[in-house]
Amino acid sequence: MTQRFVSRGFVGKRRAPEAAKAGRVPPGQYVTNDFPVLSAGPTPNVHLDRWSFTIDGLVGEPMTWSWDEFLKLPSQEFVVDISCVTKWTHLDMRWRGVSIDTLLEHVEIDPRAQFVIEHTFDDYTTNLPLHDIINSQAFVAYEYDGQPLAPAHGGPVRVVVPHLYFWKSAKWARGLRLLEHDKSGFWEVRGYNNHGDPWKEERYTGD
Amino acid sequence: MKHTLEWQITTVTAIKPETPRVKSITLKLPDWQRHLAGQHYDMRLTAEDGYQVQRSYSIASEPERIGEIDLTIEKIDDGEVSPYVHDVLVVGDLVEVRGPIGGYFVWEANAKPKSLLQRLAGGSAPAAASPVMLIAGGSGVVPLMSMIRHRAAAHANTPTRLLFSSRTPEDAIYFDELERLRAKMDGLEVFHTFTRSQPPGWRGYARRIDDEMLSEVSKPLGKSVQVFICGPTPLVESAANSLVRISIPATQIKTERFGPSGQ
Repeated sequence: MTQRFVSRGFVGKRRAPEAAKAGRVPPGQYVTNDFPVLSAGPTPNVHLDRWSFTIDGLVGEPMTWSWDEFLKLPSQEFVVDISCVTKWTHLDMRWRGVSIDTLLEHVEIDPRAQFVIEHTFDDYTTNLPLHDIINSQAFVAYEYDGQPLAPAHGGPVRVVVPHLYFWKSAKWARGLRLLEHDKSGFWEVRGYNNHGDPWKEERYTGD
Repeated sequence: MKHTLEWQITTVTAIKPETPRVKSITLKLPDWQRHLAGQHYDMRLTAEDGYQVQRSYSIASEPERIGEIDLTIEKIDDGEVSPYVHDVLVVGDLVEVRGPIGGYFVWEANAKPKSLLQRLAGGSAPAAASPVMLIAGGSGVVPLMSMIRHRAAAHANTPTRLLFSSRTPEDAIYFDELERLRAKMDGLEVFHTFTRSQPPGWRGYARRIDDEMLSEVSKPLGKSVQVFICGPTPLVESAANSLVRISIPATQIKTERFGPSGQ
């Protein structure tokens, strides 16, 4: 049996033991009540009168919503745990938004569509398999904690995919493109894992 | 960067206090690989019962130092890893790390100039000829120091300015080394701002970084300046927005944020 490495004299603070016991904290993560902002560049300034959200790519007809149209879509409250690759996990984050299933009802999905790229109002993108974003696994949020989503946190809207590391939840989202072949996004080509499952600690390329 | 990052057990070969709350540790890496200035390593601590914590720390040292890296770590009182580093770790101890990690917030001296096509496609390292503006708040200076040390080791004379916000002169990490590097007069300039107390006779900045200060310091570098901002989120957010307002293209501004957002 291999000896596991032990750090001499390390005991640890062991905060949030109930959450850890309940199996809610992925490996290598710590629980925070904060909501860190970790963008790679300045916060884009997106005007609502020029905002739109589009689903295109391998769909029968692309579908676009203006801000007013988007707000008329059926929305829900979502309470989810979020894990960031920088090691923080925030439990029970409260969002309001539109389920991606609801959005996809408005398009005819081509059977060849296997992957999705999230597009944004800056040059950020992120990719994931279509099957990771359907069946109540993801939503497009415009409120956090009862307030309109702040620009620093990705407002007007961001994608939220709670079961993957938070870089897969693009801020300043402007649409989804359905593709036949996978196409790596911003962080995925810069050393981060193509899939990003926190429960398998898929942080970096090759993990 | 298409390889698996494995955990490796490294040896602490030196511990150096930088300020009352900041220490640098030197780790000898059995599986060292040359990093890019601005990258970080993940550190993992394991207790006897298997309880583990991980945190990320920017590499402070230059890529030219073969076989070892320096990490500069500020003590966060209710942290998990930094109190261990400050209060328990001694030379000779073993520490698990993996890396180097990060492909965006990086700078390379003497990088080949990019073709128009390369620049349109994006990518990490900016053109060698671009002047560099480094903006740091507190321990945010660490990855920028890797860039500054790399610049010196590579004998680059890229016009570079560091704007460094600290609370007091005693809190200014690397103060003496920065002064030594500045005194070489090879194109590196250092601007401190001390927000809480200043050295006797101080005639430099003595307030939080603001639009006016940023404009004054960055203007001589011109509009093709490549900017790296690192520190607490409110400082980074404010500085980035400020630079966008004075028409530095957003694509030339890279940010790395430490710590809570304050929400």
